[in-house]
Amino acid sequence: MDFIASNLLTLILFTPTLVAAILLFLPRVENQLIRWVALIGSLIPFCLSLYLWFNFEPSSVSGDITSSFQFREQYIWYEAINSSYHLGVDGISLILVLLTTLLTPVCILASFSIKERVKSFMILFLLLETGMLGVFLSLDLLLFFVFWEIGLIPMYFLIDQWGSEKGEREIWGGRKVPARNYASFKFLIFTMAGSLGLLLAIQMIGVVTGTFDMLVLFQQWPAVEGDFFGIPFTTVKAIAFWAFVIAFAIKVPVWPFHTWLPDAHTEAPTAGSMILAGVLLKLGAYGFLRLVLPLYPEEARYYAGALAFLAMLAIIFGALAAYGQSDFKRLVAYSSVNHMGFVVLGIAAAAFAAGSDHAILALNGAVLQMFAHGLSAAGMFFLVGVIYERTHTRNLNDFGGLFPLIPVYGGILIFVSMASLGLPGLSGFISEFLVVRGAWPVFTVFTALSMIGLFFTGVFVLKGLKQVLHGPLNERWVTNNGDTPTNEHGEILTEITFRELVVIAPLMVLMLWIGVWPAWILDVINRAVMVLF
Amino acid sequence: MTTENIIWFIPFPPLLAFFLIVLFTHRNKALSHTLAIGGALLSFIASMVVIWRALSIEDLGQNPLVSSINWLPTGETWFRIGVLVDPFTVVTLFFVAWTILMIFLYSVGYHNFGQPKGEKDKPGLPPQGATIPVSNEHLADSENPDKKARTIKVPSVEPMYSRFFAFSGLFAFAMYLLVVSDNLLTLFIGWEIMGLCSYLLIGFWYAKPSARDAMVKAFLTTRVGDVLMLLGIAYLYSQTGTLNFRQILYNEEVLNQLATTGSGFLGLSAAGLIGLLLFAGTVGKSAQWPLHVWLPDAMEGPTPVSAMIHAATMVSAGIYMVIRIFPLLSAGYVDGGPLTPTLWTMAFIGTFTALFAALIALAQNDIKRVLAYSTISQLGFMVAALGIGAYVAAAFHLVTHAFFKALLFLGSGSVIHGMEHGVLHTGKHIDPQNMFNMGGLKKHMPITFWTFLFGGFALAGFPLITAGFWSKDEILADAFGHKHYVVFIVLAITALITAFYTMRQITLTFLGKARTKEAQHAHESRWTMTLPLIFLAFFAVTFGWIGIPEHFPLLGAWIPSFFYPFVDSTLLESIKPVDFNVVPLLTSVIVALGGLSLGWLVYRNVPAGAPDPLQQALGRFYTVLQNKFYFDELYDFLFVRPAYWIAETFTYQFVDRRIIDGTLHAVSRGAMSLGSFFRNWIDKPVINGTADMVGEGAKILSRSLRYIQTGRVQQYLLMALVFAISALFYYLFVLIQP
Repeated sequence: MDFIASNLLTLILFTPTLVAAILLFLPRVENQLIRWVALIGSLIPFCLSLYLWFNFEPSSVSGDITSSFQFREQYIWYEAINSSYHLGVDGISLILVLLTTLLTPVCILASFSIKERVKSFMILFLLLETGMLGVFLSLDLLLFFVFWEIGLIPMYFLIDQWGSEKGEREIWGGRKVPARNYASFKFLIFTMAGSLGLLLAIQMIGVVTGTFDMLVLFQQWPAVEGDFFGIPFTTVKAIAFWAFVIAFAIKVPVWPFHTWLPDAHTEAPTAGSMILAGVLLKLGAYGFLRLVLPLYPEEARYYAGALAFLAMLAIIFGALAAYGQSDFKRLVAYSSVNHMGFVVLGIAAAAFAAGSDHAILALNGAVLQMFAHGLSAAGMFFLVGVIYERTHTRNLNDFGGLFPLIPVYGGILIFVSMASLGLPGLSGFISEFLVVRGAWPVFTVFTALSMIGLFFTGVFVLKGLKQVLHGPLNERWVTNNGDTPTNEHGEILTEITFRELVVIAPLMVLMLWIGVWPAWILDVINRAVMVLF
Repeated sequence: MTTENIIWFIPFPPLLAFFLIVLFTHRNKALSHTLAIGGALLSFIASMVVIWRALSIEDLGQNPLVSSINWLPTGETWFRIGVLVDPFTVVTLFFVAWTILMIFLYSVGYHNFGQPKGEKDKPGLPPQGATIPVSNEHLADSENPDKKARTIKVPSVEPMYSRFFAFSGLFAFAMYLLVVSDNLLTLFIGWEIMGLCSYLLIGFWYAKPSARDAMVKAFLTTRVGDVLMLLGIAYLYSQTGTLNFRQILYNEEVLNQLATTGSGFLGLSAAGLIGLLLFAGTVGKSAQWPLHVWLPDAMEGPTPVSAMIHAATMVSAGIYMVIRIFPLLSAGYVDGGPLTPTLWTMAFIGTFTALFAALIALAQNDIKRVLAYSTISQLGFMVAALGIGAYVAAAFHLVTHAFFKALLFLGSGSVIHGMEHGVLHTGKHIDPQNMFNMGGLKKHMPITFWTFLFGGFALAGFPLITAGFWSKDEILADAFGHKHYVVFIVLAITALITAFYTMRQITLTFLGKARTKEAQHAHESRWTMTLPLIFLAFFAVTFGWIGIPEHFPLLGAWIPSFFYPFVDSTLLESIKPVDFNVVPLLTSVIVALGGLSLGWLVYRNVPAGAPDPLQQALGRFYTVLQNKFYFDELYDFLFVRPAYWIAETFTYQFVDRRIIDGTLHAVSRGAMSLGSFFRNWIDKPVINGTADMVGEGAKILSRSLRYIQTGRVQQYLLMALVFAISALFYYLFVLIQP
């Protein structure tokens, strides 16, 4: 027990890798065994995170930033450049770790329907988990960057190999490429393009300060003065700030860096989309919170208006573009652009009004929105996946009037859609309200205009429900005896299965729980946010 | 239990019923409705207990029942939520508890509980009726022309019976939550959950395309108001640091500060802008112009029941909210002084909506649509009343209207139910909701008729007896007393039109002769439907008596006025009632009686198949009215189509695909071209070329040198000799040359 307590974060971080290594030695034909080992293995980090959650002391309000990180572990890593293996959690990373370790087993259970190359799939998925957790747990810039990049590789293969088989994308001169290859490539290159600046900026920080340790940098870096190879530090910092911002903005994604998202989300396998929307997008937002705000308070304040403007555009255009889709999955994908816009709006408002009540409320909202969106987006992608597995179509015009055939699924779809819409009583509302409340006095006009996006959130969510569930039964689905609806390809539309219910149930419970009684999670966030300022 | 705990308890039984039905009992119809009605009954009892105890508290306005708990951590403080019962809550809770319980009871009969399942019935469509073997009893009095028929059609039970009760339970929870909330945020939560329920209930028969469109329309139209309201809440919260009603509305300092702070928008004060934003929520929820378009379409829901949820309960929530925040809306307004911009806007929208909707109601033939427009119009009365500062009058009309409009909707449902009997009997497809297919129903449906008559007279403001008279008269008296003559005249005209279309409806439906065979075969509904009608009819009459103004001739002295001082004590600063004046009183009496008689005279003898007499009188204007001033078409043209164009063509195809992805593709194409440039112009010719040249050169050289590698020793020696001699000559004649 003592060993677990003192190495808790390392255990959480590398258990998935360990499980992946075990899977490597299992026979490739034993699909069922591989699935169960992966599932049970991924539950271990979840249990450890629960242990972490219950043993985490919400920091005292007056505590400084260093003492707010708990369960810290530090070992020598790259002595020559003074980079160490340094882990730790505060309230913000804690809830994201919880989200990641919760969503991973859920996603693995959701991928039990995958039949090809199960072993490689599960291994990649578990490696992905380590990558994501590493970002949330690192307290060393270089380590952070390493994990930031590690996450990309498994995701690339997941989309490229297990993505949807149909579909082509025209690029230029009439050249057509398979959509999943296009999407995975776009995802990889887009993110790497952002990482480039990030890497350079990190190196520069390392050269100037001689350390990569975040806790040291939080104290030192904002105060650095003088010049760097003859360039005044204000300029250098502004450039480095933008390098950070662009890297994270691509990941969030902030408009106009968002177009990789609809492609990647649409083409990824169901579990891939779930984890992409549920966790990967949060890496970007987490980067803003963990690095940009503490390292560049001045620059962040100076450029907050621009960031808020882009966030507003993301909210509006994300919702509009979602409304314009006839592909169900792409509709859900664009909804992420819209929802993550609120996260960035909150962060921008907090950056501008740092130290005030508005900032704390806005950041509370932004962080809670990350968690809430993780639940609702993962849930939505899963539900799209459920119906896709049965019908092999995502075109909204091929559905319609399915509610009487699949009432349980329909009820769940309405529930999760409402959470995504931000219905009061479910998780999304509290966070959006807090963001709007925090941002209103800071960026009044942008907040007011964001309401256009919030309105269209309703429009596209209801469009999805209307086209799938309501109206007369689509003629594709002939009911013979009233209980086995099939279409002309002989595909059978069946009710949601027990396994699928087990996947969605925890998400739904959390959505309702946070919506009704948010204090248990918001209190942790609130204390962490107060320390941040 | 303390009273505060009972207040906390009120909203929850229906919610529990909702979860129980959805999760466990949805297959059992009897158990489901027992749970739902049981839940509603528990809430009802709890409400009555709370009202009873609250009434016994002296100066409830000063010492309301409050209780709150921490909910959201906000920095170093907590955002608290809780319950509040003050005089205004008491009167609202009273009508909410009654109407909700009545709806639940009524639904049992309306959805044909106990009837057989229809053969063709499907979830998502209204029940089509079931065919059952004819019993002897039926044979005896059967007027079926086809005497040989061995079967008869009877109404069939709703296939989604349990689901209806589940949704209604959730709805009841949200309404109770809204009423007992002590702050704007939980009020908004109830408000939005009700929006969801109305969405689900309007689209209860979701397989009908019209219902599917109506549900989306209702949700989205109200959402326009809701997002603005959310801004208003955020603004208020950031200005005052709280959303608690008592802390804001009962606090002169806060109100003053809000009234004097500028908002930087059109010269409005902060209170003014917050008020307008919040009022936008009411415009959506209470279907005021210009967001009125959803309510008539909401009649797609299961005929009267969800219609009544929308018309009598949910839309009241919008008015409830503005009455609740009246001190904020009127911040900066002195009684009798000029209206603030916010109040002025409300007075204008309310008055305009009242007239506008009443005019449309004139030309509607669907029994429910008439009521829907009349609801919009009556809500306009309340908004207008509030706009001119008549706080108590608005509250009074809210309560009386809820009773009589609930009664009318349930009555119309009973009528439609009766007509559906007739339709099943004849088997023809006529519209059972069109009033021109009715007539003479008085004979067949006496209870429905008499109760409907009470409700209709209350709506028309039949003098002295009905509740509607007292509340409407109070609004007119206030408008007159405060010298808002335009409001007064327009509302008086509206009252005339109201009385007229009400009598048109009553006459066409119940009086005269039956215009169709179906109407002849209509028959009275079951007790679960008629009993609620009787209860509501009782309140539609008597509730007015508790609000008779103090100075009213004779009656005022005879019956003590309870309502005015009680509700008025909710406010921090009491509003003085206007002095009694005979002009508005006479006006009320004349417009009510005049409209009613005129309606009866025009419609008493409309034969079957005849056009509406009004059609000749109004000419083309009648068509305009029938088409609701073409607002649906206008909005479709102005908003709906452009929105989809902007979403699909502009945002997705043009911005995302063309511009952004186009740029990315151009960059990637550029990278590719750069790559191939390096490959084809640098790598291949220069680097490969150089390397190749070296290799090839060596090859060529060695190939040519190969010829001297013959392996013959003599030849090698000869070559050595030649080289040695050449070297010697070079040494002697070139290097040592002096």
